[in-house]
Order: sequence, then C-alpha cells, then structure tokens
Amino acid sequence: MAFEPKIIGFLCNWCSYTGADLAGVSRIKSAPNVRVIRTMCSGRVDPAFILKAFHLGADGVIVMGCHLGDCHYQEGNYKTIRRIPFLKRLIQGFGIDPRRLRLEWVSASEGDRFAAVVNEMTEEIRHLGPLELQVQQEEVLQPVEHR
Amino acid sequence: MRQITIDPITRLEGHGKIDIFLNEDGEVANTYFQIPELRGFEQFCVGRPVEELPRITTRICGVCPEAHHMASAKACDAVFHVDPPPTAKKLRQLLYNVFFAGDHTTHFYALGGPDFIVGPTAPASERNILGVVRKVGLEVGGKVIEMRRRTQEVLKVLGGKQTHQVTSLPGGVSKGITAEEAKKIEEHCVWFVEFGRFTVQAFHDIVLKNKEYVDLILSEAFTSKTYSMGLVDENNRVNFYDGKVRIVDPSGNEFAKYSPADYLENVSEHVENWTYLKFPFLKNVGWKGMVEGQESGVYRATPLSRLNASDGMPTPLAQAEYENMYQTLGGKPVHATLATHWARVIELLCAAEKALELSRDPEITGTHIRNIPTETPTEGVGIVEAPRGTLTHHYATDAKGIVTKVNLIVGTTNNYAAISMSINKAARGLIRRGTPVTEGALNMIEMAFRAYDPCFGCATHTIPGRMPLVVRIREANGELLEEVRR
Amino acid sequence: MAKPKLALYWAASCGGCEIAVLDIHEKILDVDRAFDIVFWPVAMDFKYDAVRAMEDRTIDLCLFNGSIRNSENAEIAHLMRAKSKTLVAFGSCALEGGIPGLANLTTRDEIWGYVYKGSPSTVTQNGGTYPQTHSAMPEGAIHIPEMWNTVKSLDQVVDVDYYIPGCPPQPDQIWSVVEYILSGKPLPPAGSILGAGDKTCCDECTRERKEKKLTKFYRPFEIETDPAVCLLDQGIVCMGPATRSGCGALCTKANVPCRGCYGPPPNVTDQGAKMLSALSSVIDAHDPAEIEAILDQIADPMGTFYRFSLAHSILRRVQKS
Repeated sequence: MAFEPKIIGFLCNWCSYTGADLAGVSRIKSAPNVRVIRTMCSGRVDPAFILKAFHLGADGVIVMGCHLGDCHYQEGNYKTIRRIPFLKRLIQGFGIDPRRLRLEWVSASEGDRFAAVVNEMTEEIRHLGPLELQVQQEEVLQPVEHR
Repeated sequence: MRQITIDPITRLEGHGKIDIFLNEDGEVANTYFQIPELRGFEQFCVGRPVEELPRITTRICGVCPEAHHMASAKACDAVFHVDPPPTAKKLRQLLYNVFFAGDHTTHFYALGGPDFIVGPTAPASERNILGVVRKVGLEVGGKVIEMRRRTQEVLKVLGGKQTHQVTSLPGGVSKGITAEEAKKIEEHCVWFVEFGRFTVQAFHDIVLKNKEYVDLILSEAFTSKTYSMGLVDENNRVNFYDGKVRIVDPSGNEFAKYSPADYLENVSEHVENWTYLKFPFLKNVGWKGMVEGQESGVYRATPLSRLNASDGMPTPLAQAEYENMYQTLGGKPVHATLATHWARVIELLCAAEKALELSRDPEITGTHIRNIPTETPTEGVGIVEAPRGTLTHHYATDAKGIVTKVNLIVGTTNNYAAISMSINKAARGLIRRGTPVTEGALNMIEMAFRAYDPCFGCATHTIPGRMPLVVRIREANGELLEEVRR
Repeated sequence: MAKPKLALYWAASCGGCEIAVLDIHEKILDVDRAFDIVFWPVAMDFKYDAVRAMEDRTIDLCLFNGSIRNSENAEIAHLMRAKSKTLVAFGSCALEGGIPGLANLTTRDEIWGYVYKGSPSTVTQNGGTYPQTHSAMPEGAIHIPEMWNTVKSLDQVVDVDYYIPGCPPQPDQIWSVVEYILSGKPLPPAGSILGAGDKTCCDECTRERKEKKLTKFYRPFEIETDPAVCLLDQGIVCMGPATRSGCGALCTKANVPCRGCYGPPPNVTDQGAKMLSALSSVIDAHDPAEIEAILDQIADPMGTFYRFSLAHSILRRVQKS
C-alpha cells in the first residue's frame, strides 16, 4: 500500500480555521491528509503539542495562523513566528527533517491558499517518507526480567 | 575449574565484579576484574559549548566532582589560551585542597580504613566505622561527621553547590569571597590541620605500633613493583592542582616528566573485550600484559605513587611525616599497596596545611576573578591529581568553542591494570590448596582493591554489625558446590 | 518491633546522590536508628543474592538513583520493584535520565567507535574490538551486562511510587522527606514529586527581574554579569523559567545560570519545549531574518534545554540514520 502521510494541522480559530472552512464550503479540492485541531490562536500552540504529535505517529505538523498584524489577540502570532522556527531547529537537533514542521499564515478569506498549502505539504511529506521513530522500535527489543 | 564470583564488589564508587577460577588443586588459576558499565561522556560532550563541560563532567563522579570540575576548568583555560588572574587560581586551589582533605578523610575512616584500623582478620562485625570508633574513641565518629560538615560548607561557598560545583569558567571563577567568608574559611582550615594531625597520629597508634599490620603492609602478597605517577611543582614537590606529571620507574629513577599538552606522547590505553574499561599504560614502555616490573608499561597513580614520584611535600607537617614513612619502610620508592593508606593520611594533612595557607593569602579576597577570553578557542589539556590518581581532560573545539573532541583519562582508570594485578596476587597468596575459602580471605582480596580507594568515600553512616557476603562456588557447568556466607 | 527496611541502590549513577544522603550529616544516625538498612552497595557488603533471597515487598522503602543504561541496571530495577513496597526515583538520573541521558544524542555504536577505537590515546590491534557480554576465557566463562542504545529513566522500566528531583537532591530536601516519612503522616498520592517546590526556580532567585525584551544572547564566558540582575535579562540563557523550584537557586547565587537539574516545573512534560517556548515569548523581533540571527546566538539548545531531561522528553532520543 502506498504511503499516505499523516499530518496534524493546528489552525487558529479566527483566521486559518475559518479559511479552511471556506475551502470546504467552496468545494476546493485538497488532500485529505491533514487532521485539523482548532486552537483559539496560533500562539496557543505549545511546542510540546507538536513534539507529541510526532511521537504519536504524525509524519508532518503544520501550524496556521493569522497574518502578522491581524492576530485576534494582537500579539499571539508574534510568539508563533519565533516559536516555530526555533522548534524547527530543535527537531532538526532530534534528527527529524525540519521540513516536516511548517508555519503558514492563512486568513479567513484565503480558502484557495489553505488548499494549496495542504496539497503542497502533503506532497512534500510523501516525498520525505514516513517518520519512523527509533525509540519505539527499540522498546520491543529490550524486555527484561529479574532473576 | 571452580569459579567464585563476587558481584557486586562493594564499598567503592561504581560497579565491578571479580571472578576467581580455581584449578583441581584448589589453587588460583586466574582472576578477572570486570567493569560492567560505560556511560559515554567523551562522545556525548561533543557538540556542547566547551564552557559547559566543567558543569557536565562533574557528573562523571559525584564523590570527586571537584576533580573533574578543576581538570575541566584548566582544559577550558587552555582551549581559550587564557590565564586566570591570581585570585581566581587561588580560589580554585583553596576549593581543591579543602575537597582533597575531606575526600581522604571519608576513605580513611569509613571505607578502606576499617579493614586496616580494625584488622583484616577481625570479625566482620567490627570491620566498619563502629569498629573504628571502638578502636580510636567515641569522639572520632563525631569528628568525622564534623570534618565532612565543615568541608562541605566551604565547598558550597567556593563552588556554589556542595556536590557538582559550578563556579569555574574559562579564564577564572564566577564569584569571589568577602573578608568575612575568608575568615570563616580560615577557622575551618585551622580545624582541618588539627584533624589531619590527629588522623596521622591515629594511624601511628593503631597501625604502625602493631607489628602484625606492618608485616602485612610489607608482605609480598600485597606488593607490586610498578612505575609511579603524580603531579609535581617546579621543585618536584607534590601538587594536587597544577604542575607537570612526573613518572618514576620501579627503582625510583625519573622516567619522564611531561606537561599536560604532551600526555599523548606518554600514556596510551589498551582494550580488552571482556570489560568496558580500558587499561592505560606507559606508551614508551609498551603494554606487556598485567605484569610488574621495569619492562611492563603498567603504572600506578595513587597517593603512594604521588609520594614516590615526588621529592617531597610542599608543607612542613606533611613533609615530616613523608620522611618518617620512607624511613620506616626502607627508603624510596615504596611498592607496598597497603602503604597507600599511610600516604593518604599524609596527603590529608598536606591538603589541610595548603588550604590554611591559601585562606590566609591576602589575594584570596581579591575582586579581579576572571579574565574574559579574547583568543579563538582551539584545543587544550587540563590535568589535576584526583584523590585516586592523575586526571586528564583533553578538549578540542571549533572556532566558536563548540566541542569537537573529548578524551579523558580518569583517576582510578590509571590503576585498572594494577588493581587487577593486586587482586590476582592477593587471591593467589590467600587461597591455597586444601584450606577452605574463608570469609577472611575473601575480605583480604577486597582489601587489595580498597587500598586504591576506587572512587568512593562513604562518610558517616553507621554500618550495623553484620555485613553479609554470599559467595557461591560453582563448577564450570554451573553446579553449586559450596556457599560461603558471612 | 522490627524497624522498617531501607534499601539504597545506584544504577548508571555518579555517586552524587549517595553523597547527598550523607550530607544530612549527623541526621544519618537518626536514619540508622529508624531503619534497618538491608542493601546499599556503595557502603555495605550485601550482594545481589541477598536481595534475591528476600520475600517480595519486604523492603519498606527503596531509594533508587541512577539511570537505566544497561541490562544489569534494568534487571536490578525490576528486582528492587519486586522486593520493595515503596520505590522512589531518587535524583535526576532516575527521574528523567539525567546527564547520562545525553547519550541519547548519540548511539552506542558511535560511543564504542570512539572509546574503543577512535580516541587519540587508544591503541588497537587488528582493527580493534568491542566489549562482549559473554567471554570464554581459558579458565571459564565470564559475563558483563549489555549496554543499551537508549538511556531510560526508572519509570520507563518499572512502576515508580514517588520522585525526588535534583542533581543531586539537596540534603535539606532529602531530610525533609525522610522526616515526613518517619512522622507516620499519610503519604501524598502515588506519582507525586517530593522534596521540591511547586513553582519555578525563578521564584527562589533573588535577582531583580524586568519585563523581558531580548535581542541578544551571550555565552557565560563572554561577559561580566551584574550579580543583582536576572541573568536572562542580561542575555545569558538561564533554565530558571523551565525548572522546578526546590534547590534554593544555588547556581544563580553563584553567578552562573541555572541548567535545569531539578527537572521540569509542575504540569510540564517536556522541559526543552517549555524553555524554547519561554524564550520565544520574550525574544523581541518579528522579522524572520532578525529572528534567525538572534536564534543563532543561542548555543546548543539540545544540550542546554535537555541537559538533564532528554531521556524523559517526549521524543526521548535523537534519530540516527
């Protein structure tokens, strides 16, 4: 069976989730590989959520928020614009290709853009292949009992 | 063959096991001393900023973190080509000498010492700190606790934390001391010197006045003629913190004297696949296996070796006792492994004297405590004497000071071959055909390694009467022949 | 009445936790009076067989320090779990892998390749050799444990009842836990962290803090710092915001930054992610190029943010091809 990327998408309520909704309502075709999780703001996305997503089997993670200056909470996406590049460095430190983590600004009116981003990322992850984390594989090899 | 396995060996830092094989005649065919662990500091320190290594490498050993901290700090200075200001060096040395005195205390009174102070064939119930207290007096237990309390207090002031010091940076230290703190430290050091004298006297009263013990010290079963290594200053006096590494041959003649940067020209490490620890040896003599003598590259780096490799102690009270020791034991060098305990108490006194001297130095309260590095970092080596032996930290970095390579030769590691040989020799001397393997004999085999103080001092706990040891003697096919308990 | 039985064991450990126990000084006599110490390899001669011979759950309290690095560490972890009513992960290594957990940035093969072959002082014959768990010597067979590729915390191997953080746990905290246990008062719920606070290290630090707007970072050796002002405010990366309180902020008092040895604060599973998030909040830039230039100044996030907690982080180890 061909590899189907599992991508987790954290979408902010006010802009990008609405943009995704618009894409749906407008019947714009996009790859079904992104599982959407709605947060109130992209600034709410704790880096631990993203690491957990990878740990639980995501092949890619995308965070979408409002364009700079448009954040519903004024400053939330300014934190995001620092957190995600920083986290890309960190996951690279973990040996995970930083292209598996992406940050995009998608406004409420950008249904087309949402679809384009989703399609592009799905293809990129398909090309990178599944992320098979080594530590899970090692678990199986090391059961131990005491004498 | 019959196989006796002692697992784990106890009353030391770290893990280890001893296997003794007996032939059909009941005599020792061979012994193997295996180290079952490796953590990989040399590899996982690559990629770290070099200035973090004095705080990471302390976790190699939580009993002598000060030793790693200082060797690392000096290696960092060398990497950055920066010389700390005088106050910083004195603060580091003060910390170091206080640590040294405390560490030797815990080993002498609670670890290796009880075997010696109470006696190797004394009942097991006596071979612990309680037995020591009965022998030398009730106040001793309290004094040892107080010694540890005082040294830890000083180490917290100078090192930031009692265990895993943090105050050394490339080019100096992160904090100085006030006049008030210096005065308090001086008071402690006066107490340390008194305690050092007391300990030396205790050694005389308990050990040296007992002919049986002196015979044991001088016995062949506990003697190994090897090269000796230790740091010395420009007058060839023992220095725990700085200087050049001096090596003397089994006859006491100087064989080599090198600066830290040249350690690779003098020491190499041999690998055996039945143990995780490597065997350092003298490169210019060569690895000839675990044998003694001039032609074998096996060397020792212990308190006794340091005294052998030097021309004397840098402080007066210690020097007097140094002369006394060599006179009593028939001249230099001394190869009697158990005499390491004597050398250790001499060093305890020396460290106390040195600490007192430094605490009174007017520069100790100076405010210029760090020189900011200005040169591009490259590579450097830092060497100190850990209480257990010469400790070498070698780092290389990129132009930003991120570590690219680490090589460590750690105190007790220097002695791995010698300890193995001591265990072997003691086993051969004590396990004989026809006589059952006794509990006392097994303990004396352990005494052979404890004299080296393999990296742990356990201070003031009181050990209850029984120290159970279960030894199972099996045929090579695993069938149980005999069980010895104590 | 028989005294409760106490055991202390060290796995892949440095011995610092044992020293910390002894640093309660004369109170160790109270411990000795109150407990029957049945296993403590660093200090007493009980061997593994003595523990194996015990009935299950006869040890009342076991303080287990050190991380799980090889098959022997794991075997004894299982042994102590079986023989103990209450098993405590004592110190940073047992709690979260500790500094030995940094080996999860590399692999066993890489470590062996350097230690046994590549190190500049190591000499090899015939291409070199690696440790074998079983060796057939002329006289008989001898064994050493298998070293694992991934370092684990204690609770990744067995169920743990309580945790005491710190590298090492500070002696006054250790005594407060022992004193509480001896008091007979009911113990907190299983899984609790003992001997530590419930805030961050910043709460105990006395330096002056302002609202942070950071545009520049320095490494600790590069500058002189003001001992009265927050180190992070001065551009020195300090793990205080992402570290549990309890140590008394000893490191910042000594003019060096916190490095996180008391583990993550309450409700934080990944100490590195938390520190990353905290720093990102206060970096004052929103131009991508400017942000990258500032991030370039933060040296070694992996080894700094996860200095003690890598083995217990969400991803646990680096992926190596």
